[in-house]
Amino acid sequence: MNELTSAPLPDPSPEDHLRGPAGAPVAVLYSDFECPYCGALAAKLRGARLRVAFRHFPVRSSHPRAWAAACAAEAAGRQDRFWEMHDLLFADQGRLEDPHLWSRAEELGLDLERFDADRRSEAIQQRIRRDFESGVRGGIVTTPTLIVGEARYAGRIDAEELHEHTGVPAP
Amino acid sequence: MSHGPLAPGTPVPEFTLKREDGSDFTRADLLGHATLLVFYPFAFSPVCTDQLGLYEDVLGDYLAKRSVSMYGVSCDASWSQSAFREKLGVSIPQLSDFEPKGEVCRAFGVYHPGGFPQRALVIVDPDAVVGWSYQAPSPRDLPGANLIFDGLDTLATRT
Repeated sequence: MNELTSAPLPDPSPEDHLRGPAGAPVAVLYSDFECPYCGALAAKLRGARLRVAFRHFPVRSSHPRAWAAACAAEAAGRQDRFWEMHDLLFADQGRLEDPHLWSRAEELGLDLERFDADRRSEAIQQRIRRDFESGVRGGIVTTPTLIVGEARYAGRIDAEELHEHTGVPAP
Repeated sequence: MSHGPLAPGTPVPEFTLKREDGSDFTRADLLGHATLLVFYPFAFSPVCTDQLGLYEDVLGDYLAKRSVSMYGVSCDASWSQSAFREKLGVSIPQLSDFEPKGEVCRAFGVYHPGGFPQRALVIVDPDAVVGWSYQAPSPRDLPGANLIFDGLDTLATRT
């Protein structure tokens, strides 16, 4: 790991995975496919008036399958299916072993040979590491962390508070 | 009462904590290499989980290469600390300030009036003098690993 002294979180950019209505406020989300709170938040964010820039923050010791899942999402992204893979991963977080990742790639109709080569590639490892390190340098400790303007919502996010500030539907 | 963590330049006082195997960990164990002490409020509280897991991932190899030892410190009993560490899947050794409860946390200035350690970080240099310290504004705030890199940088600049 590199020396990760403090640095501001990078602003959302076209290099991030972005989803949400055009013109809606942009939020940055540090997330982990094996984290249950991330799964719960992902469901809440669907249909919210927020444009979300997704960044990977897989913590290996607590979520040993998260890094491989992130690689699968990025590899799907190389075939323009990042968000579809994102949704499939969060839809069933109990199934994140290798055969499960593989079956999701099949379900999405990806070029499997390319998917497999991409998810193991150094470029994709670097992409995930870049997100992770940017988060560490910006003081991210826990997932999910959603940054909307100056406000940060982290961990077990209070749905009412989030709703009040961002309009994300409360349960 | 907490009055903030020992400031840089302060010699660490004599103290005794318990390692997970029940043996003593004292000031003498700080000598000869730098040490990072991660004070946290309670084993098994959800926020600690993220903190120690992240530190292990981000700092484990980095600290090992620089011969910096990292320890978790709380007022929990050693058995609880070991169970907590195993649940997290981390290898960060734990030090217990169980009896007299909080005595060492008080000596380091990080005892919360609620009866548990503040969430604080202390880097001790190889001469057992505090090189850098930080206390989170509240026990709910998790100090980022970036702060530890900043702290180590501060030390490197000074020496």
